Amino acid sequence: MGTMLKIDNINVYYGAIHAIKGISLEVHEGEIVTLIGANGAGKSTTLRTISGLLKPKSGKITFLGKDIAGKPAHEIVREGISQVPEGRRIFAEMSVLENLELGAFIRNDADGIKEDMEMVFRRFPRLEERKDQQAGTLSGGEQQMLAMGRALMSRPKLLLLDEPSMGLAPLLIREIFSIIEDINKTGTTILLVEQNANMALSIADRAYVLETGRITLSGDAGKLAASEDVRKAYLGG
Amino acid sequence: MEFSQQLLQQLINGISLGSIYALIALGYTMIYGIIKLINFAHGDIYMVGAYIGFFAITQANLSILPALLISMVVTGLLGMLVEKLAYKPLRHAPRISILITAIGVSFFLEYATMYFVSPTPRTFPEVIDNVAFHVGDLVINGQQLLILGITVVLMIILTYIVQKTKLGKAMRAASFDTETAQLMGVNADQVISFTFIIGSALAAVAGVLVGVYYNSIDPLMGIMPGLKAFVAAVLGGIGILPGAVVGGLVLGVIEALVSGFISSTFRDAAAFAILILVLLFKPSGLFGKNTNEKV
Repeated sequence: MGTMLKIDNINVYYGAIHAIKGISLEVHEGEIVTLIGANGAGKSTTLRTISGLLKPKSGKITFLGKDIAGKPAHEIVREGISQVPEGRRIFAEMSVLENLELGAFIRNDADGIKEDMEMVFRRFPRLEERKDQQAGTLSGGEQQMLAMGRALMSRPKLLLLDEPSMGLAPLLIREIFSIIEDINKTGTTILLVEQNANMALSIADRAYVLETGRITLSGDAGKLAASEDVRKAYLGG
Repeated sequence: MEFSQQLLQQLINGISLGSIYALIALGYTMIYGIIKLINFAHGDIYMVGAYIGFFAITQANLSILPALLISMVVTGLLGMLVEKLAYKPLRHAPRISILITAIGVSFFLEYATMYFVSPTPRTFPEVIDNVAFHVGDLVINGQQLLILGITVVLMIILTYIVQKTKLGKAMRAASFDTETAQLMGVNADQVISFTFIIGSALAAVAGVLVGVYYNSIDPLMGIMPGLKAFVAAVLGGIGILPGAVVGGLVLGVIEALVSGFISSTFRDAAAFAILILVLLFKPSGLFGKNTNEKV
């Protein structure tokens, strides 16, 4: 499997705060890679930098052989990277259908969009039932599904997921994670950021552990889940 | 009978004036929606629109509709240019900087116009026949019908653009959450430019129509209607398009009623009293609502 995304020693600042201190990581085609760590470790910052919402001060981000560091967000989604942002960030005042249409904003192939819309509705039947409803009236779990469906509408090669389990009941978390596995099986590579390390490690191929802006551990997800250090710090003993 | 007839007559006058406010208020509210700026130069954009219409009619001998179109295009581009030169460099600056800049742009437009066309008021030519329609004892004149007709057509077009087109959806998405809209591939700069073009073009129409209605234009004519339209936008709920329209109409009608039944010297006071009342009792405006975010 070839390398899809390669982050090489990036540094990111929020004003004077040095949020990401020389992170390097790789995502290979077809993988589920997870980035775990405590609150404020820099997980979301890493995803936001990949998506182009933040510009790295130094370092390289290569996606499918192309340098994308510092490109604006609206161009990066055209390269094939789509993000489900933290807190879902659905367009609450628009309908479910309009949210999905916006997910396909970069595309002009009406037939393909229609096909993918049906695909999203097959994956998330509840969205179809509520397609004319205002998105803000959906439950938390449905909003997460909408945010994922919306991200899929751009037909991404790489899907970035930021805390998909946040605020959801355990049963729903399991449902969302099995959908993530499913999306991966149908050919979308996934980079998953999670505080729920247990769940994340259970579906991931490889994992990186982030601590205060640095990667402290990395490797096979199963091995990390078994490691004493990770268990103590992130899995509750 | 006498009273109800006068009431109806004032309603007709109020709706004409209110349509003008609505057209200006739409630009205020659209621009606020997308970059959270109260564009204090918007009233002056309206004034420039009136002058462009004036010159299109007097110098190029155009009739009213082509003059309106030319004024919309030129003023729309002016609005875009103002955003690019004056506001865009301040996109990440504190909001007070950009607000003060807007006031600066307002003065610049007023006095630059004065320099080029002189401060003397110009008499707007009569572009439509001075006809009056009598319905019973009520009088509706041609200008009022023109204002109403054009406003309705523009509202329909605007609603279509905002609700149905891809660009309109991008606009709504970006004004709700610019960052997430960018993640969808929406180019925020383009959407902002487009919003300024549309808002300024609507203001231009209002400017030309006011010229037609009141027969007189001058470089400072934008100050008061600009403030009034701001009141209208706040009354309806700033950032909400139907709110701007309703706010404009309500304000126009109230002003007409105050001038008709109390005294025309109080009409401005009435408008600003409304602003104070709205800010005191329902700062989110008539159409404003508090949206709860689910976690």
